[in-house]
Amino acid sequence: MRKCQVRELGRIGYGPALALQQELVAGRKQGTAPDQLLLLEHPHVITLGRNGHQENLLASAEIMDRAGISFFPTDRGGDVTYHGPGQLVAYPILDLREWQRDVGAFVRAVEQTIIDTLADYGIEAGRIPKLTGVWVGGRKIAAIGVHMSRWVTSHGLALNVNTDLSYFQYIVPCGLTKPVTSMVQLGVRVTLEEVSRTLAAHFGRVFDCEMLYEAPVLAAERENRS
Amino acid sequence: MTDVVMPQMGESIVEGTLTKWLKKPGERVERDEPLFEISTDKVDTEIPSPTAGTLVEVLVEEGKTVGINTVVARIESGAAVTPAAPAPAAPAPEAPAAAAPEAPAPESPAAPAPVAAPPVKASAPAPATPAPEAPAAAEAVAAPPVKASAPPPLPPVEEAPAEAAGPLSPLVRKMARENNVDLSRVRGTGAGGRISKQDLEAYIAQSAAAPQEATPAPVAAKPVAPAPAPAAAPVPYLAPAGQAKTRIEPMSSMRIKIAEHMVLSKRTSPHVTTIHRVDMTKVAKLRDRYKEQFKANYGFSLTYLPFITRASVAALRQFPLLNASIDGNNIVYHNEIHIGIAVALENGLIVPVIRSADEKNVLGLQRSIVDLAARARSRQLKPEEVVGGTFSITNFGSYGSLIGTPVINQPQVAIIGVGTVDKTPVVIDDGIAIRSICHLSLSFDHRLIDGALADQFMSKVKQVLENWSEEVL
Repeated sequence: MRKCQVRELGRIGYGPALALQQELVAGRKQGTAPDQLLLLEHPHVITLGRNGHQENLLASAEIMDRAGISFFPTDRGGDVTYHGPGQLVAYPILDLREWQRDVGAFVRAVEQTIIDTLADYGIEAGRIPKLTGVWVGGRKIAAIGVHMSRWVTSHGLALNVNTDLSYFQYIVPCGLTKPVTSMVQLGVRVTLEEVSRTLAAHFGRVFDCEMLYEAPVLAAERENRS
Repeated sequence: MTDVVMPQMGESIVEGTLTKWLKKPGERVERDEPLFEISTDKVDTEIPSPTAGTLVEVLVEEGKTVGINTVVARIESGAAVTPAAPAPAAPAPEAPAAAAPEAPAPESPAAPAPVAAPPVKASAPAPATPAPEAPAAAEAVAAPPVKASAPPPLPPVEEAPAEAAGPLSPLVRKMARENNVDLSRVRGTGAGGRISKQDLEAYIAQSAAAPQEATPAPVAAKPVAPAPAPAAAPVPYLAPAGQAKTRIEPMSSMRIKIAEHMVLSKRTSPHVTTIHRVDMTKVAKLRDRYKEQFKANYGFSLTYLPFITRASVAALRQFPLLNASIDGNNIVYHNEIHIGIAVALENGLIVPVIRSADEKNVLGLQRSIVDLAARARSRQLKPEEVVGGTFSITNFGSYGSLIGTPVINQPQVAIIGVGTVDKTPVVIDDGIAIRSICHLSLSFDHRLIDGALADQFMSKVKQVLENWSEEVL
């Protein structure tokens, strides 16, 4: 059975997490690093996908700065999104050549991981055709955005556990928004740590790999966290 | 020359969006060096170059979505490096190119017959030349007659393999390239119409046989050609590419968000609109009297909008259900009144919010409206200024509209639309008078608000406006 190392990084700045991912992707491509699943939480940050348009941001850099939100253009798929406290972020660094060379299957499997996780807490979630992500009654509970290079994935999913949903309004022009929701809004109070363990277990099942927890976080990485 | 194609990223993936070229035409690229990026299903992927060489031609621009296996670029292979797919016999690709201009079928259905004749003759010795060339010439020039007399399908000779249905293995792709086969002509017998190696071999064998069978066709075509001229109908295929009747351009993200919100709102709320005619004469006179002084004092004009906002606030206080929203089976009453004012932008609209509008007088409201509108247009709004509205007003009257039926700004439950204010003859106490009339529309969410309540609300708005009593300066 393939093995996947789980790394629980706690709260980590977007920049350091991105640098770590790039390092792990390079290692994975060279075959010096195993498949890994990074589980973490970001401080308030708005990120812009490769296909995103800056015009989706109403706020100038100073305004976001004042509100304590940082901003990163990134190379993942998808448009503008928000990450912040109370949101479980999972970044799978997988070599899809050892699983299935199929981005569609990968995205569906990530969705399935989230759907199964939510089902454990009694939340019935599902897909909406053509709208990648996981939805509960027309509200988006988890977003997906992935980058791939030589079949090695990075970035991943963001699941709203007890996220302050009002922050999503920052990225939306016109006060117009697809509605979002969170586990707590649906009446489920759980800690991020608990959900992250559940999600890792389902990830292992869906991707048919053994999840290993012993990976230590390097001291240097700890210091880099902001 | 190596064709670079939109790769197939998975069984279910039939197309991809080219998001970024990492090399420019003329630049050198190494084998396996990232050449471009694509996006499929929220996954962005770097695509490495299939070969080393010089990027000579980029055929798909950034932002375009094309089917898998569509040729997106051509690379002229470097001398010393990886060989490109063996070039097809030189004359082959030229054959259709030469033939095509001589088949002006689309221009006039009658003309092709005489024009078609010489090329047919020219292609008569075709059987002697390499296999693919002959059928190509025959098809390009005399397609309808050939179709009538020669049942086997004829492989066209195109340098770029067109899109084929279903995913393809690299082997099939390579074979197709080497044999110059348009895969869209090959019938796939694999799962989901997938083209297998066997399918391709069968097709190539059949094509090789075709010229012999086809030989009599051009001969037959000559006399037959004039008659079925109108049958030269598949004109659309030959229409010049440059004269498209449509232009496709991606929506801006703002437009996509607006579209989503509009559909969401219409799907969420059963909209009902009620329209009240309001006599604005008193307000108009007040406005005329103070217009100049107002402008001199504060630096901006006095419009009707702050009056209507103020009247709406008074009515919202009296009927708090219109200032509410729905959450599941609960009614959420908002104790504060935050009024969204729709502002038209060059390519969209935005609804900045006047916070605690009930704490502002006409001057304060006008100041807020001017400030929000100006900053909306220069994109200087703060994020918190476009959220949290509890009721909205949209002023389409400024564009000349008499009456509109606005869409509710979710999760609010009502919106007032303001029509133009016009001097109109009206009947008052059996006499005809000239009054400044304005039509106010209220679109409301019929899940929460009944028609009777909506009209009581509007009567209150009307009553405040028609009996205006507050100071303006």
